[in-house]
Amino acid sequence: MTTPEQSQGYTASEMMTITAARLLKNGMSCFVGIGLPSLAANLARLTHAPDLALIYESGPIGAKPRTLPLSIGDGELAETADTIVATPEIFRYWLQGGHIDVGFLGAAQIDRFGNINTTVIGAYDQPKVRLPGAGGAPEIAGSARQVFLMLRQSARAFVPTLDFITSVGYLDGGDARQRLGLTGAGPVAIITDLCVLEPEPPSHEFVVASIHPGVTREQIVVATGWPIRFAAAVRATEPPTEAELRTLRDLQRRTQAAHGEAHGGGEG
Amino acid sequence: MAATPSRAAILSQRGICMAEIMSLREAVSAFITDGATVAMEGFTHLIPFAAGHEVIRQRRRDLTLIRMTPDVIYDQLIGAGCARRLIFSWGGNPGVGSLHRLRDAVERGWPQPLALQEHSHAGLASAYVAGAEHLPFAVLRGYAGSDLPKYNPDIRFIRCPFTDEELAAVRAVQPDVTVIHAQKADRKGNVLLWGILGVQKEAALAARHTIVTVEEIVDDLGAWPNAALLPAWIVSAVCEVPGGAHPSYAQGYYERNNRFYQAWDAIARDRETFQAWLQRHVLETADFAEFSRVLRETQAAADGEGTEAL
Repeated sequence: MTTPEQSQGYTASEMMTITAARLLKNGMSCFVGIGLPSLAANLARLTHAPDLALIYESGPIGAKPRTLPLSIGDGELAETADTIVATPEIFRYWLQGGHIDVGFLGAAQIDRFGNINTTVIGAYDQPKVRLPGAGGAPEIAGSARQVFLMLRQSARAFVPTLDFITSVGYLDGGDARQRLGLTGAGPVAIITDLCVLEPEPPSHEFVVASIHPGVTREQIVVATGWPIRFAAAVRATEPPTEAELRTLRDLQRRTQAAHGEAHGGGEG
Repeated sequence: MAATPSRAAILSQRGICMAEIMSLREAVSAFITDGATVAMEGFTHLIPFAAGHEVIRQRRRDLTLIRMTPDVIYDQLIGAGCARRLIFSWGGNPGVGSLHRLRDAVERGWPQPLALQEHSHAGLASAYVAGAEHLPFAVLRGYAGSDLPKYNPDIRFIRCPFTDEELAAVRAVQPDVTVIHAQKADRKGNVLLWGILGVQKEAALAARHTIVTVEEIVDDLGAWPNAALLPAWIVSAVCEVPGGAHPSYAQGYYERNNRFYQAWDAIARDRETFQAWLQRHVLETADFAEFSRVLRETQAAADGEGTEAL
């Protein structure tokens, strides 16, 4: 559990979202997962990247929602899109066709090689917890030119071994991903509420590359289910600017007013 | 040499005839039988809730249900005991969390065990495309490194005959019946749909029969032909059911009832609460119009008590 950094005037969640948003460059095309990725991608669009093309798996291309969608197929996404295509087309022509610069995904569980589990906790046939399943993630993780992952860091989510690999990162490391013949480079960053992790060549194990202000190495170690390593030169994440915080809070306020409740995460 | 058969002959051989405008009760009764494979599609938008309720009312059993994103409507069908198998790619309550009836069936076999066949979105969308194309399988660059193929025998890997690249193959899905909801049909049964398109056209073309519920039947669709989704001759039945996608939405008609999706979490979490809800709102109502009336009443009562129970 992370605590809001009250003294700093922003929360750990806000730091996570703003850090993730900064990684998206203006003019990129971004295939957006619902929930945290959608929040960060829209913040990027409303700050430094107005020409970021947001693509949602329900079919809207170039969506510019005024409030965050509750589901992946809200009318707001359709109304504000440049075009809307059918579901087979979004995956077969646009994603597989090589038109996506960044796949931006959330996850229930990840391992040290950026593999994702969104299917089951426990055995597949007798699951302890049945999770929603794959959605678009396996092919987004495979075919987007690069992938960003975004989730809150905890030992429950950052596990030594996944019960199920739904979507692949670097598999068991080294050149295992390359040998699968995937067209995309794979996950290049995991953005959490504590830090940013990046894959370290040649093993492609994720290591801590940047620590958010006020976060200790100890906190990161405790919140990771494997013996986490730190890059040789760990950076300090730039704190949020006034403009970033104001834009993020305005967006969340508008969303809350529209949906009546806090923004959740899910496809649909 | 046999003469080339006419379109009508081909269609009738495939069990397809021109769209008939009928009540939803008649359509479900005529086309959906126990044990059938049924796809109800609509990606968040235009989910055929009214049709799902009618299937529950007519107490269909042992269905194989297909849907990319089984949401609340499939939670209701599964909890009502209509399904024995589910083919899907993402099963959750969008923006809220789990589908508790789906989880109860998978984790504890209630009210009966539910066999799962699980895809990714790209995989299942492609399987519909193959179904529409009348090909045995679709090919895609997918599933590499994922554990999904270990548990789904309808995902295999093949070698490209031209490049030797390894690619995924997914078996075609060909529902007995596809059910969709659209904004409009004309009096011949030509169907117009706009907004988020989902996989409705592919699901309809892959199926032997297609039932379409619509917000309204009009004299003239008033749209460019490329906006229309299905010509009448590939539709089996058109049923006018205003509001029939509620609590999902119909672009241009009504918005998504997010409050219902949020309230569903508490209703579905508990078996007794779910059964009471189903009894009062679906099994004891005659049709979707009566369902809507009862839902408005319970919603107003909940407002009075300041609770979220619908």
